[in-house]
Amino acid sequence: MSRLGTGALARVIRAGVGRRRVQTLVVAVATMMAVAAAVVAGSLMVAASAPFDHAFAHQHGAHLAAQFDASAVGEAELRDTGELPGVTASAGPFPSVALQPVGADGPALPTLTVVGRPGPEAGVDDLDLRAGRWPTKPGEIVLSTSFAGPATLLGTTLRASDEPGSQTLTVVGLAASSGRTADAWATPEQVRALGSADNPVTLQMLYRFAAAATDGQVAAGRGEIAEAVPEGALLGSQSYLDAKRAAEGNAAPTIPFLMAFGALGIAMSVIIVGSVVSGAVGTNLRRIGILKALGFTPGEVVRAYVAQALIPAAFGVALGVGLGNLMAVPLLDDTEEAYGDTSLSVAWWVDLLVPAAALLVVVAAALVPALRAGRLPTVEAIAVGRAPRSGRGRWAHRLAGRLPLPRAVTYGLASPFAHPVRAVAMLLAVAFGTVTATFAVGLTTSLNEVGRAQDPEERAAVTVLAAAPPEAHGPRPPAEATEGGGGGPGGSAGGAGGSAGGAGGPGTAVEPARVRAAIESQQGTASYYGMTQGEATVAGSSGRVELVLYEGDSESGAYAMISGHWPGQAGEAAVPTRFLERTGTRLGDTIEVGYEGPEGTETRTLRIVGELFDTSNDGMRVHAALGAFTTAQPEVYPVELDPGVSPNEYAEALAAVLRPLGGDVTVNADEGLEDTILILDAMAGLLTLMLVSVAGLGVLNSVVLDTRERVHDLGVCKALGMTPRQTVLLVLSSVAVIGVLGGLAGVPAGFALHHYVVPVMGHAAGTNLPASVLDVYGALPLTCLGLGGVLIALLGATLPAGRAARARTGTVLRTE
Amino acid sequence: MTHVIELDGVVRRYGGAGAPALGPLDLRVAQGEALAVTGPSGSGKSTLLNLVAGLDKPSEGTVTVDGRRIDRLGEHALARFRRERIGMVFQFFNLLDDLTVADNIQLPAQLTGTARRGTAARAGELMDLLGIGRHARAYPGRLSGGERQRVAVARALINRPALLLADEPTGALDTASGQDVRELLGELHRGGQTIVLVTHDLALAESWASRTIHLVDGRIAADTPARAAR
Repeated sequence: MSRLGTGALARVIRAGVGRRRVQTLVVAVATMMAVAAAVVAGSLMVAASAPFDHAFAHQHGAHLAAQFDASAVGEAELRDTGELPGVTASAGPFPSVALQPVGADGPALPTLTVVGRPGPEAGVDDLDLRAGRWPTKPGEIVLSTSFAGPATLLGTTLRASDEPGSQTLTVVGLAASSGRTADAWATPEQVRALGSADNPVTLQMLYRFAAAATDGQVAAGRGEIAEAVPEGALLGSQSYLDAKRAAEGNAAPTIPFLMAFGALGIAMSVIIVGSVVSGAVGTNLRRIGILKALGFTPGEVVRAYVAQALIPAAFGVALGVGLGNLMAVPLLDDTEEAYGDTSLSVAWWVDLLVPAAALLVVVAAALVPALRAGRLPTVEAIAVGRAPRSGRGRWAHRLAGRLPLPRAVTYGLASPFAHPVRAVAMLLAVAFGTVTATFAVGLTTSLNEVGRAQDPEERAAVTVLAAAPPEAHGPRPPAEATEGGGGGPGGSAGGAGGSAGGAGGPGTAVEPARVRAAIESQQGTASYYGMTQGEATVAGSSGRVELVLYEGDSESGAYAMISGHWPGQAGEAAVPTRFLERTGTRLGDTIEVGYEGPEGTETRTLRIVGELFDTSNDGMRVHAALGAFTTAQPEVYPVELDPGVSPNEYAEALAAVLRPLGGDVTVNADEGLEDTILILDAMAGLLTLMLVSVAGLGVLNSVVLDTRERVHDLGVCKALGMTPRQTVLLVLSSVAVIGVLGGLAGVPAGFALHHYVVPVMGHAAGTNLPASVLDVYGALPLTCLGLGGVLIALLGATLPAGRAARARTGTVLRTE
Repeated sequence: MTHVIELDGVVRRYGGAGAPALGPLDLRVAQGEALAVTGPSGSGKSTLLNLVAGLDKPSEGTVTVDGRRIDRLGEHALARFRRERIGMVFQFFNLLDDLTVADNIQLPAQLTGTARRGTAARAGELMDLLGIGRHARAYPGRLSGGERQRVAVARALINRPALLLADEPTGALDTASGQDVRELLGELHRGGQTIVLVTHDLALAESWASRTIHLVDGRIAADTPARAAR
């Protein structure tokens, strides 16, 4: 320890922290915001980082869960399938039974697959027992966490079925299976007891394969197993990839979005904390010289200045961690809902790593100028600020001085070039802020466009139903919601409701010609088209698809096209991206579609003329002109109205005609955007606000340092006759160039980020995106966003500019 | 007689009701007069100069410069007044290191909104007059102290001010440079420029000023015409 002792050092540190209050506050606030942003960003990145894969690996999940007919294959034979080539591990056989239990107060649960296992761990698919315990005796059951709710709390009793005298089961635990191999578990004896002749017990085997990355590899493994058991013994199977897709289905599109914001937040935090702290130390060189003249060793000077940066930064870090957790928790709750039963919370190591990294950045950022200060000869350190400056940026003054602009402006424009490192840090802050704002604006606009592009048939003001739903024929209050087949929810045409019967009666469709005649003769009709939907098969593709057929001028209800055109002619079809991927077809190809109509299957060959944006039914839909199918009849007629026509009055008038015939009319309410989109909008808004605030603080800090360094020059200028307004103009001009450059760099970068992330989000949801979703930036919004960079810079500079303008010239010159 | 400076009952206090840093003080400076203000440290010389320059405001009394009550003006109007009517020369020159000599000299004129081209001729004229024309494109850091002070004087004169204020203009200069500046100020005075000069340098006051006031504890202890005038 030096002769000055720690007491003197502590006093110097305390005085340094207390004397520069604005700078101390800026360091603390900038660190707080940066750490909060990093905690939120880091948590979201962790949450978004393949939660299914993590859980699946942790649980040693089953690549394939197979159900076998217990009467066709023996348990020993099934155990032997675990030794097949390619099978790396297996568990089972476990007795399994389908059950539709009923709650104590009556509500029935969905049909559950209940598997009998002696314990949660089985070598494959080790269950995560989240609450309660494993069943030990008959009458006890563990439910999957996906069924957890008020009706299924621990201790709740369920009846095995709604039949009198059925067995009572007490919920003793909640467990999660990442592969979703079952919905509930009980002891093997209990499961066997639940079986009956009508509902026989089957056997479940769980397998892990050496290769199971793709559907094909899992299918190949399944094929080996099917061949190893008697024909027909394998009743069904479930690939973990289906469970993975189901688990990540909603959340997957958010991952690229969260990753992008996370990366922006962390990069911004490092830049701002680094520049704020290094700037704070760098401007105190003269004081450092005085301390050295008084006898402080270089090491003590370094320690003093690192500590001076660390004290406010530590406060900021502590507050930032708290704030970050407060902000992250609701966002993670939203994300957790999207991920289903995968538990998400702020990872403990994020709460440790972020503050540790932030303090490390602070120390590193303070250490560089502090070491420089420590090494600086005392006389030179004292002279800093008084001696002529290094001459950096004089070229900028020469050039700016030639511009035909007010002198205060040209003087300010050249100022940043005197401190290139600080100017670059400020430029990065503004650029990152602009990138964030540009990306967020584009993203929210795209998301809102996605929301608007869904269910275009619901855009029609009024929907006519060829057959009224049964409840439409009883008395009901006006504007009661109804749902029509394929039509959207909406308010009913109102009135006291029609009388039952009429020509059609409930459920009987009105003849299309009569509906069309009624609509066409109704005053206020602008346009309409008919549509129906049903199930269909596509040759060469397993499973069923939804077939949506349109009659008439359906352009107003057309889905957003990704490529090609809307099917206007009989024999044309448009399909979503996932349909093309699953069936291996392309635009121009033909498909054989078997429409399962009211009079049997009608098969037609359709040419794919368009790829459209439609994510319903997992993208397995075919949109085609109704004319190709002779047995198809429109069931719903979306109607557009003339301008100024009241949808309610129109619907009421038309309903008066159609209800007696058996039809109905509903008014489509504007339902707004989906919850998921609103959540993403809110996340984007919050993260943008935080990051732009951090960028503004970075600029504020740089300008505070700059004006402090230039206080003498500003004083001279004011003594020579520079007005307060010109002083403000000078300071604001000094950041305007940075704002413009930041805007010019940030807007294209934000634009590029949007054009990278949004399609990736679309692919995660299994679809390409239409131009209306991708091309959301107009020239005006882009210009405004570019000016946003200037705005961030000017907002950050306003406070110090005002302060510089208010400073008394005499005082400024005296403190030189 | 036309007075460029009129101070009536001026008092300047800093913080609280203690003894004033300046005043009560009445002072008149006539047009074309060269006034030297002398006195020991803390006597109120700089305070007086700041009040006349409009850099500070009196706690009491009125300050009229070139016929205008400047103690009532706001910051904006004061700045405009300063750049149009007053030229200032400082002890440590206060040149802007980032600007060339020519740009430093033209700055006050450009702050009035005059285009660079419009101020170049006047700046060139002043540089020739003060013998610094060859340094027009140089930066102040490369000039000697005397040359820098000549640049500061040229900058002070660019707007043809009614009043030139100089605060210890030779205080940071070696003897030769100090003499150089002394002669320059004498020439300006002989050309009719009203000058108020604050200095510790009694020799300067004696040799150059048409009148000297000596301040002690913020009050005028002596107000004497220069030897030439006596």
